[in-house]
Amino acid sequence: MKIEFLFWRECPSHPEARALLDEVLAARELDVKVDEHEVTTNEEAQRLSFPGSPTIRVDGRDVDPAGASARPALNCRIYHLPDGRVSPVPTREQLEEALR
Amino acid sequence: MTVGLGTEAPQFDLPGVDGQIHSLDSYGDAEALVLVQSCNHCPYVQAWEGRLSEIARDYADRGVRVVAVNSNDVANYPEDSFEEMQKRASVQGFAFEYLFDEPQAVARELGAERTPEVFLFDRDRKLVYHGAIDDSRDEDGVSQQYLRDALDAVLSGEEPAVSETPAVGCSVKYR
Repeated sequence: MKIEFLFWRECPSHPEARALLDEVLAARELDVKVDEHEVTTNEEAQRLSFPGSPTIRVDGRDVDPAGASARPALNCRIYHLPDGRVSPVPTREQLEEALR
Repeated sequence: MTVGLGTEAPQFDLPGVDGQIHSLDSYGDAEALVLVQSCNHCPYVQAWEGRLSEIARDYADRGVRVVAVNSNDVANYPEDSFEEMQKRASVQGFAFEYLFDEPQAVARELGAERTPEVFLFDRDRKLVYHGAIDDSRDEDGVSQQYLRDALDAVLSGEEPAVSETPAVGCSVKYR
């Protein structure tokens, strides 16, 4: 299993997202190295199809497929919660589903 | 560097999503003026928008005016264009004014760094509170209503007990 954690430093949500990812991995007892990468330029965002920070991919698949198609940019990413609210980080449920 | 307490509110003449030009003098009668550095696309702004509208409604009859200002660079962030601002304000039913600071002058004069970032000015247009709206982007987790408490204090002729808090949100997208 390959897990990629892409982030842009200017968006403050990546530590929270990384902590949540680590929590879920620990709960699932998954001993997987997370490939963490800081995206620093718009060109890199385009090249990596980076729809915003943070972006988490499991075996190349975004944990939030609906948001994966957003315009690549150095941006804070928006995750849509089931109750209609928005969040700067994915939900625990999204991570658990992606790691299934 | 962000301005300090006691700083005077910046002058501005900016287009609002209501089709009017808004200036500092437009709010000359306000007992308190809340300027909020804001934008369309930031998830932190979107998380707090509803609460900002509630504050605008709750304090309107006490002479408080709430004005959100978007200063983001639309060349790199087209989601923050004036047209998109108008759409969002309409769809979300903003109860506050929403102005477009294309020159980024208001943001630079305030030294704004985050969206959302609150600048509360008293009757004399001196900065009396700066920072976050409250202590949680998740409304269910709010325990400290920083802006409401500051408004209550200012409207009572007192200084806010908490006058500065860290603003949490996206960075202002300067050119």
